[in-house]
Amino acid sequence: MAITEAHSREPFRLGMLLYDTRYRSITIQIIALIAVLTFFGWIVHNTVANLHALGKTFDFGFLGQRAGYDISQTLIPYTNDSTHGRAALVGILNTLLVAFLGCVTATIIGVFMGVLRLSSNWLIARLASVYVEMFRNVPVLLWILALMAIITDTLPAPSAFRGENASASMLFGDTVALTNRGAYVPWPIFGPGWQVVAGVFILSLIAILLFRRYAHARQEATGQALPVFWISLALFFLPALAADAVVGAVTLDVPTLQRFNFEGGGLIDKSLVALWFALALYTGAFIAEIVRGGIQAISRGQSEAAGALGLRPNRIMSLVILPQALRIIIPPLISQYLNLTKNSSLAIVVGYADVRATLGGITMNQTGRELECMLLMMGFYLLISLAISSLMNWYNSSIALKER
Amino acid sequence: MRHSLILGTTLALTLGAVSAASAATLDEVKARGTLKCGSNPGLAGFAAPDANGVWHGFDVDVCYALAAAIFGDPAKVEFTPLSGETRFTALASGEVDVLVRNSTWTFSRDVDLKLDFVGVNYYDGQGFIVSKDLGVTSAKELDGATVCIQTGTTTELNLADFFKANGMSYQPVPIQTEAEARQQFLAGACDSYTTDASGLAAVRATYPNPENYIILPEIISKEPLGPAVRHGDNQWGDIVRWTFNALVEAEELGVTKDNLDEMKNSDNPEIRRLLGVEGNLGGMFGLSPDWAYNAIKANGNYGEIFAATIGEGTPSNLARGLNAQWKDGGLMYSPPFR
Repeated sequence: MAITEAHSREPFRLGMLLYDTRYRSITIQIIALIAVLTFFGWIVHNTVANLHALGKTFDFGFLGQRAGYDISQTLIPYTNDSTHGRAALVGILNTLLVAFLGCVTATIIGVFMGVLRLSSNWLIARLASVYVEMFRNVPVLLWILALMAIITDTLPAPSAFRGENASASMLFGDTVALTNRGAYVPWPIFGPGWQVVAGVFILSLIAILLFRRYAHARQEATGQALPVFWISLALFFLPALAADAVVGAVTLDVPTLQRFNFEGGGLIDKSLVALWFALALYTGAFIAEIVRGGIQAISRGQSEAAGALGLRPNRIMSLVILPQALRIIIPPLISQYLNLTKNSSLAIVVGYADVRATLGGITMNQTGRELECMLLMMGFYLLISLAISSLMNWYNSSIALKER
Repeated sequence: MRHSLILGTTLALTLGAVSAASAATLDEVKARGTLKCGSNPGLAGFAAPDANGVWHGFDVDVCYALAAAIFGDPAKVEFTPLSGETRFTALASGEVDVLVRNSTWTFSRDVDLKLDFVGVNYYDGQGFIVSKDLGVTSAKELDGATVCIQTGTTTELNLADFFKANGMSYQPVPIQTEAEARQQFLAGACDSYTTDASGLAAVRATYPNPENYIILPEIISKEPLGPAVRHGDNQWGDIVRWTFNALVEAEELGVTKDNLDEMKNSDNPEIRRLLGVEGNLGGMFGLSPDWAYNAIKANGNYGEIFAATIGEGTPSNLARGLNAQWKDGGLMYSPPFR
């Protein structure tokens, strides 16, 4: 005590910034901060000077100009008269679409394969291992290209559906055509009165929720289980279909073969399919390993105890093991979702119009605004990644073990 | 490749020294000892490497002539294959010294992208190729078709304009390279492939059964293709411009690869000035007096290059058409060498 008091009374000297442990860490931090700021300041200054030397301005005005190019797959109305900004938005939505589809599919594949890999059936466990090793150890770019080539070269062209002796035919009662341009599927058209059908559908969703709660309470009380899945499935489809049969508002537009293409209905572009499944299968292999690790981390005693209570193996997995494993699985799963979303920027190799292809490809090329487009794209990916991870972190904390 | 190039530009913009963009390109090229030329990654007749990795073609011959004009040795050139998307970025960031990659000279590229197109080595226009089985004889019958299109090109914009002007709809399939276009088109994943008519003739020649495909008669755009350099280095721009002009002038004056040395003794003062026997035109922009002699010696004059790479009798089998000398009713016209 006496010593520290003596120190604090000692007059401050410049040398103490380096030799006195109380000040040294602060000194180092300030020096590091200055170095970092200087570095970024230099980069910004250098960029401005280089742009000036090239005679280029830093300007986002190009986003308001007419784009002039067409995009094959769009979620919102877009024509070549729309602006570059709208083209970028089309790209952003396409990125989000493939990221969403990819994450959902990868999770399903991953959980399935992760559980199968632990199967006691030798063949099934080995097949799952082969899947994981095959997809995990080949770059995703090659999988995207391979799927694209498979679709292009194995599925028939629309012309193969033509004529008396057509070599290809439509599926599901002539409503779906799988071609090497994509899948032409029936698409709903919302006529007058569609609100009624939509309202019935929402009501049936609420009914499903209420029914599940009732079935749960009933099981708690009496121990009798209802066939929840089948009744929910029926509630999902039947009321809306019945309402539509009465009102006749929603009709299906079925694709028909025209001069060059199938017209009508909806087109699921093959580039979307190739990208979606390549990303899902690739990321699914990583998720399978995470799931396997999560399951193996649960002590064997848990499943033995559940077995002793008389639960069947699939019930042990879904009621005892997976809920506990989830706490271990979620955090690494977040980074797999982020990887998938960022890997979707490979879309351009198959011509899928994601944000990298529209804003960072055609727009950048036609307007010559490399720096602006790069910054916008980096900002977008940063934002979407942060959004995904905060969403998943929120979910993680909601299922985490609650200490009471 | 593409990612590294874009990254390269961004890095060059952020980290590169300020002087890099404006330094005298000629001095840089001379110090380096090779010319860096941006070329098409593979378009038969225009730019394609042979089995030994040596590049041949109508466009790359301009680079060989340029290297010969600077170093006296046509071999001192390095080719960087560039996609339609990356080419201007690569040129702007200084990854290549000159871009000879069937690129269309347009206002916005010249003004807004800060490029200088120094001339036109091929007057072209955009066309369509279709399979004969479709029974299509005119591009105006393509309503509802799926069209393969190289992304990042002027053809992408022309296509949108053409279909709009004719009140037709289409489904674009963006592709990045000639190889991809070939795969998609031959598999029937697109009904038509559109690019410059010269390019269509070149790729059709490489298809398994060229007679099964026809190039539709409509030419829907003007596509003056030419070599491009960065804005701001006029000396370098002059060198590329006048090296190309020398090839055109040589054809007009009847100077060929074979009679080059005889022509040195010609009485025609125009030929003597061109070949550096009289005066020192080359010295005015930092090259040796016999720069044009070397350039012509590399692969011959404009007409010889045309005939050897894409002219009649080659797989591309293109007529001179607009690209004939002005005396023969074409547009090839070199300003005088004096």
